[in-house]
Amino acid sequence: MKIMTCPINGERPISEFYYWGAIKTPPNPDICSDEEWSDYVFNKNGAPGIKKEFWCHSPSNTWFVAERDTLTDTILKTYLYDGGAK
Amino acid sequence: MRLPQQTSEIINREKPVAFTFEGKKYQGFEGDTITSALLANGVKILGRSFKYHRPRSVLSFANHDMNVIVDDVSGQYFIPNIRADVTKVIDGMKLKAVNTFGGVENDKASILGRFSKFLPVGFYYKAFHTKALFPMWEKMFRAMTGLGNVDFKTPKIKTAKDYGFCDCLVVGAGVAGLSAALAAAENGLDVVLVDENSQIGGSINYTDIPNELIERAKAASIRILSDCYAAGYYADNWVALVHKTHMTKMRAKTVIVASGAFEQPPVFRNNDLPNIMLAGAFLRLLKLYSVKIIENAVFLVANDYGYETAKTALANGINIKAIVDLRNGDEVSGLEEFVAKNIPVYTASCIYEAVAGKDKQVERVKIHEFNDGIAGTLKAEIACDGVVMATGFAPALNLLYQANTKMRFDDALSQFIPDVLLNSVFACGKLNGNYSYETRVRDGEFAGISAANFVKNSKIKLPKALAETQKPNHPWPIIEHEHGKNFVDFDEDLQLKDFKNAVQEGFDNIELLKRYTTNGMGPSQGKHSNMNGLRILARLTGKPAQEVGTTTARPFYHPVPMKHLGGRGFSPNRVTPLHSRHGALDAVFMLAGNWQRPEYYARDGISRQNAINAEVMAVHDNVGIIDVGTLGKLEVIGPDAAEFLERVYISKYKGLKIGNCRYGVACDETGVVVDDGIIARLSDNHFYFTTTTSGAANIYRELSRLNMIWGLDCGIVNHTGSFGAINLAGPNSKAVLAKFTDLNLDDFPFLGYREALVAGVKCRIIRAGFVGELGYEIHASALEIHKIWDEFITAGATPFGVEAQRVLRLQKGHIIIGQDTDGLSTPYNAALDWALKMDKPFFVGKRSLEIIAKKPKSQVLAGFALPKDYEGAPPQECHLIIENGDIVGRITSITKSPKLGQIIGLCHIKPELAAIGSEIKIRFSNGSFVAANIVNTPFYDPENLNQKGVAK
Repeated sequence: MKIMTCPINGERPISEFYYWGAIKTPPNPDICSDEEWSDYVFNKNGAPGIKKEFWCHSPSNTWFVAERDTLTDTILKTYLYDGGAK
Repeated sequence: MRLPQQTSEIINREKPVAFTFEGKKYQGFEGDTITSALLANGVKILGRSFKYHRPRSVLSFANHDMNVIVDDVSGQYFIPNIRADVTKVIDGMKLKAVNTFGGVENDKASILGRFSKFLPVGFYYKAFHTKALFPMWEKMFRAMTGLGNVDFKTPKIKTAKDYGFCDCLVVGAGVAGLSAALAAAENGLDVVLVDENSQIGGSINYTDIPNELIERAKAASIRILSDCYAAGYYADNWVALVHKTHMTKMRAKTVIVASGAFEQPPVFRNNDLPNIMLAGAFLRLLKLYSVKIIENAVFLVANDYGYETAKTALANGINIKAIVDLRNGDEVSGLEEFVAKNIPVYTASCIYEAVAGKDKQVERVKIHEFNDGIAGTLKAEIACDGVVMATGFAPALNLLYQANTKMRFDDALSQFIPDVLLNSVFACGKLNGNYSYETRVRDGEFAGISAANFVKNSKIKLPKALAETQKPNHPWPIIEHEHGKNFVDFDEDLQLKDFKNAVQEGFDNIELLKRYTTNGMGPSQGKHSNMNGLRILARLTGKPAQEVGTTTARPFYHPVPMKHLGGRGFSPNRVTPLHSRHGALDAVFMLAGNWQRPEYYARDGISRQNAINAEVMAVHDNVGIIDVGTLGKLEVIGPDAAEFLERVYISKYKGLKIGNCRYGVACDETGVVVDDGIIARLSDNHFYFTTTTSGAANIYRELSRLNMIWGLDCGIVNHTGSFGAINLAGPNSKAVLAKFTDLNLDDFPFLGYREALVAGVKCRIIRAGFVGELGYEIHASALEIHKIWDEFITAGATPFGVEAQRVLRLQKGHIIIGQDTDGLSTPYNAALDWALKMDKPFFVGKRSLEIIAKKPKSQVLAGFALPKDYEGAPPQECHLIIENGDIVGRITSITKSPKLGQIIGLCHIKPELAAIGSEIKIRFSNGSFVAANIVNTPFYDPENLNQKGVAK
């Protein structure tokens, strides 16, 4: 079983974590076209590579950001959400 | 025969062990394996082969002798498929060879060997080609195939699981592994060293290699686990270590694989006869068990190891009749000792054929010329009683394959070498092509220090690599013979011609070849057949070995007993604080999400359905209580609390008055309904709200995420576990509640919220109407809620379960999210658009709903009813609605209402078919139909007079 590092609780087995999905910036809903919005809502990039995702450490309900390389199946880094400033 | 006692042996001659094999009594010594004990007793045939039932004996003596598998029938239940070559014999064992028809000596099925022409490669595929013959073949194959028997009396045995942690796990305690473990430990790592054998040291124990490494390892602070094998490598250095008694789940910071190499059998006619064995088997039997079964040996060699073994044989008084070397004379050196003893050495030669004597054991060999991989003319025919083979190895790369290692085929060495490894995994020793003592020691040091540098992030200087001079692997130890029986895979009785035929039939890819021939699919999983299989395919297709590649070596390395794998079931479920109350009332429990909930309360002499109906009627006519502590119970507090709820739910909450409640529906970003609940306002900045039972955990989690992203000035508190909740419902609920509270119930309107003491317990009370009668949802501390429950029961309230609640809510047309909605249900087609406030600036799903609103609805949620006089079986949830042969909808909820005396339900249906009064046709699973009519909802009390408490 893989190990994931929770920014608060440290290294834990990955079964303790909940995967949400890739972090995407939504288009401005007031001005974007229906097609742009549908693309944002439905189309996920499944190509292997580096992904930035929301994960949650379930027992402590800690949400954080994980960067993973799905090509090599490695977790590059994890950190608390910083308000999307990065 | 057993040699006199020698220092290298690992048997205890003071402790004899008595056992039987195939009904005959034998004696061995403590420390003997089953194979060594039998051979010491002069037993010649230890097992029968899988397909042709040929007599077989020891081959590898290294946990891969798949033709010497026995059942122990001595106990209460028998133990199947024991590997005799490595399993220690125990006093009292009653052993029986598997896969024989009438015993190992005279196996009647050995006649199959004569019919081998009619058992071509891919036989199963060919046999099952004609469907009509399927039953006949199946019956026959089931009788003929498979090893051992399953004893169905075997009890379920659980063994403990052990969780281990270390800096460095070294797999294999041979020369390289010991050296690596020492280097890692000396550089400060916490090292665990595992080896499948009962003693560490590998070949040190039976060759002339100095045993200094063993002594040093035992003295060092290394955790040594012998009789233990690494069965599989999993992500992030999680390695399953299987002991005799249990399994350790080892999590290592680094893994050093020093698993060595499997000796590979050369392929020639009758290479499977008893007493033809690999050099390692010969040496281990001789040195560790003092068992000598060959007097006059022929050696078939292609490396230094073969000659070293021959020297050991001579030192132990064995006559060597000939040494046959596959290599050309100019590649061979160091023959002085053999020349001096007049031992003929045939270079550029092969054993073309071994011939069996009357005892079915090898009696003589035919030596032919061998040039460029092709056998030539007969050189000599030599009598012998055993053949010792040493023509090459294949590295034990299994764990490394599992650790995503990229391999490279080294042509000069004729073996695969790990090329690109994970950065915390290291390989050393024979895996890297190092076969000499010095190169293995140095390679181990290199791996050990590399591991230390990885763990400690240090830069300790690595030793210089030593060049390996040995070339132990012959690239083509395969000799064709016109009459075949030159076995490549001993597990499955595969001959050279089977591979040729398979390739000819088009199975010329390694994965296809494996499955068609079943090469490497027997119990040893190709440990001594995959390499030769690859060589054959490479030669037949003219491709380099690198390009041919290998099949995937999956876990487990050796078979693992089920008892080590079986664990406790772990499906945690939640119970409410009132759980014991339900048990005392004979509740029948069901799972709702993770929650254990009373389905109904059993009553003596009453059927399930009647018990449920009685519960329903109690709520209609008097008063009932149901434990709703499974609801998610959340609180949001802060200046932005109302804003937060307006973003989460599709309705508005900023204008909600303190002391009031409002229904809430939550959507996801695609506009699909995901949850619902009731939201109560406690103060300007403080709301208390519920989620569905199934959403209790994940809605809280998702709301936490949204709150994090939005950064609003409010916080969410999860009370799901700390609060219990009871719904008190029925026309007499007000009277019952009034007994236990001072709250003014006359000033408590429908959808009001109050805080009060009930039965002395501080409560939050919501006047809700899920079940359609006057009702109060009472929330209180999980520690005290039982006091309220007990008082209500004493006051005459009837407890009702989930089934009665489903009937009651369905009568009201109240939907259950996830039952009456699915992954395509939006507020528009789930009849929730009345709650939708599209004039809000934002809520989750709004933008998608704007798009959906423009499109025609593909389905709507509608109520339907069957005629009152319908007496057939009721349709079920998920039965389809059919119109003109097409599916136009499905039932989401259905029940027979005892109050209405009619079957009612909700369905998803195309909007054009949902007009009130239209007839729908519901199809049963068996294809028959029943008609129903679309009707208005609620089915019961459409003006909601009862739940508002204004009905007369």
